[in-house]
Amino acid sequence: MNIQTNRRDLLKAAGALVVAFEIPMAAQLASAADDLGPGLPGSLKANPKVSSWLRIEADGRVHLLVGKVELGQGILTAVSQICADELDIDIKRLRLTSGDTWLVPNEGTTAGSFSMPDCGSAVRAVSADARKILVDLAAAKLGVDADKLTVNDGTISSPDGKKTTYWDLVIGDEMKVDATAKAPLKPYAAHRYSGKSIPRVDIPAKATGGQIWIQDLRPEGMVHGRAVRPPQYDAKLLDVDMAAVEKMPGVLRVIRDGNFLGVIAEREEQVLAAAAALRRNSKWELPKDAPTSDGTQDWLLAQKTKDIVIKDQAKPANLQAAATVEATYRRPFVMHGSIGPSTAIGTLGADGVMTIQTHSQSVFETGNAIAMMLGVDKTKVHMQHHQGSACYGHNAADDAAADAALLARALPGRPVRVQWTRNDEHKWEPYNSAMQLKIKAQVDAKGDIIDWDYQLWSTAHGTRPGNIAGNLLPARHLEKPFEFPVPVNGGPPNYSADRNAIALYDFPGQKVTTHFITSYAARVSSTRGLGAYSNVFAIESFMDELAARAKVDPVEYRLRHLKDERARAVIQKAAETFGWSKWEKKPNRGRGIAFARYKNLAAFCAIAIEVEVNPSTGKIRLLRAVAANDSGEVVNPDGVKNQIEGGMIQSLSWTMKEAVRFDASGVRSEDWTSYPILSFTEVPPIEVVLVDRPGAVFLGTGEASQGPTSAALANAVFDATNTRVRDLPLTPARVKAAINA
Amino acid sequence: MTALKVNGRTHQLNVADDVPLLYALRNDLKLNGPKYGCGLSQCGACTVIIDGQAVRSCVTSVGAVVGQEIITLEGLGDEKNPSKLQKAFIEEQAAQCGYCMNGMIMRSKVLLDNNPKPTDGEIRQALDGNLCRCGVHNRVVRAVLRASQEA
Repeated sequence: MNIQTNRRDLLKAAGALVVAFEIPMAAQLASAADDLGPGLPGSLKANPKVSSWLRIEADGRVHLLVGKVELGQGILTAVSQICADELDIDIKRLRLTSGDTWLVPNEGTTAGSFSMPDCGSAVRAVSADARKILVDLAAAKLGVDADKLTVNDGTISSPDGKKTTYWDLVIGDEMKVDATAKAPLKPYAAHRYSGKSIPRVDIPAKATGGQIWIQDLRPEGMVHGRAVRPPQYDAKLLDVDMAAVEKMPGVLRVIRDGNFLGVIAEREEQVLAAAAALRRNSKWELPKDAPTSDGTQDWLLAQKTKDIVIKDQAKPANLQAAATVEATYRRPFVMHGSIGPSTAIGTLGADGVMTIQTHSQSVFETGNAIAMMLGVDKTKVHMQHHQGSACYGHNAADDAAADAALLARALPGRPVRVQWTRNDEHKWEPYNSAMQLKIKAQVDAKGDIIDWDYQLWSTAHGTRPGNIAGNLLPARHLEKPFEFPVPVNGGPPNYSADRNAIALYDFPGQKVTTHFITSYAARVSSTRGLGAYSNVFAIESFMDELAARAKVDPVEYRLRHLKDERARAVIQKAAETFGWSKWEKKPNRGRGIAFARYKNLAAFCAIAIEVEVNPSTGKIRLLRAVAANDSGEVVNPDGVKNQIEGGMIQSLSWTMKEAVRFDASGVRSEDWTSYPILSFTEVPPIEVVLVDRPGAVFLGTGEASQGPTSAALANAVFDATNTRVRDLPLTPARVKAAINA
Repeated sequence: MTALKVNGRTHQLNVADDVPLLYALRNDLKLNGPKYGCGLSQCGACTVIIDGQAVRSCVTSVGAVVGQEIITLEGLGDEKNPSKLQKAFIEEQAAQCGYCMNGMIMRSKVLLDNNPKPTDGEIRQALDGNLCRCGVHNRVVRAVLRASQEA
């Protein structure tokens, strides 16, 4: 998003934000949990100035500036609802700027279902603060006690008919004060927008071809750039004939910097032809003995690991085990698979500033990483977020921004637009790590769990740019390469590979060990839910196995082991909505249920699914699915339902179909034919029920449903076939083989 | 020069015949509707309507459609006056990111032109080759049903 403003204001804003650059990522990530304690809520902690968030503009509008960005999750609509309610203005008065590093508060990365806890909470508090400032100003101006004044759409009135407006009151630095978060919040019942399904602000333009996407930017003088990626992760460029490409029509620059190859041309079809020629004209040395996708699970167990015990609660000695049960679950590498490949526009200005339009989730950190890559001060990189195709985590958006910067540096003054090809996006984005999960439980004579041992093997789930050039793909390919940092696993309370690895159930004994692998079989990073998807798949599949073994209904079995009232409520709600108690078994049909509280501190979600499995083909037909979800107070019910349902459908696709394939020659999942996803005729009817908690903290929604969906499906397949499939994805071949085993 | 008839107007374009129609529409005519998704005719994001058929503009060359009636998302309606189908997508909030929405609307437009009262199953069949990653499939189906029910 962009607004008109002069250069001086930009620099002033940049100056004010420098302090925030040093806020460590861990502090940003911990904020959801912190909201439960005292202090400023969400991102307000790191950005306490009211004027960083809100400006009362002379033209009768209110300018809301946020660091979180729109990824299709509807955040800009939700924060508009919150702001308009607390400020007592019509929502149409709002003008929004998001994700411009020279203008907005630094809210870190837009990820981890933190948009509402971080940004929603901050906007609510800062808007209430701003309203109080304005009402106090009005009280002084009108000579009336503040508590006698009423506000209606920014007009403040006294009982005796005196009036003033926000726009009359703010003439200088009135808003340049620290937020207190002590101003009274609107009572829930007084909300005009929050709690209602206000239509998304961005959909009309998207439905009619309006200019709203980063892809739709066409700055004056724009040219087209492409990087030519190596054939394989660690391939070395031996030789390239650049001269022939330089002579091609429209070609403006051909760039080689070590293993980084790129080309710029006047027109898009020209740059594509030039990039193809450059690829043909290059010779690469491929590394020997590269890992393959077929060998991934063996590879995981063969690696040197960093072992971390994240929970160690000894079983009371008096509890006697009647039996020990074990199972191992496996999941392959899976891709984000954005429908629109990553895009960025870089322009090197005469003032030495590299301006980059990007759909990065982490404009501040990525901008700093790009500055490091370019060898310039970080104030010389200006990142501006524009909407791109949804990313579902750390995809190639940041790498495209880095490509644009490297290419634009070679052609100062011209905006260089880079749009990755489908092939590059599929092959080079960082995937969600393959994982292996081993569970061993001791059960008593009734079949109840008395001890639980959980071990997981995983590569990294977080290699975001994080201010470091080596995390940007092209920076690693340069003549003087930036080293790829050794990845770290995130710790409590959010965790990373081990997100949701600790079962929320009240087992008398529970031990959880993370075997973290710092080497790579494939490029990996944050994908919706990080390790939670796999961990919930394993835990909730195993709970189902133990329930079946104990001959106890899986809903009842879960409730037996679970005290948390909100957790119990969503399981019961999902079962009730599904019609669990009156469901009748038919041949080849089955039902499954699963639950998780995302990160054990965010949204509660339970899913129930009904399937039909063809025993001769192993093909799963999804008949219907139900979700019950509690994300705390709901600001936009339709937005929450959309996120929960979308998360379920994406998870069904991962669970039934998806696995990235690669061999010594490189990634073989290079398009939608070699990497199919769920399609219209396969998507089941879905019902989402919300448990609203007015007044409760925002818990976030985007990653609540994927984990439980996977296990609910596997459990339904078990119920239909009496066969447990523990290796993902649940392809017809795999289900059929399990049935026949 | 190549003459392209787009959204009821004829444009003279200085592009080679083998240029994909998608790039001519987006870069020369500065239309935002059709999107680059795969360039391989696999996802549907680039769909336009040519002589009543849903066509993938990423694999269609400019030379192949000279003289034909090309309609893009912009040709159906705009934000002030959206078409019945566009309005139904907005009312059903049939998007998360919305990158696939162009293809969904254009393919559905052709379906409704040929089959004004499609069933749920017929809509899913028609859209089966249009990919959505956010998971708004059921909303899209509801939007098409809504448009078909509004006279």
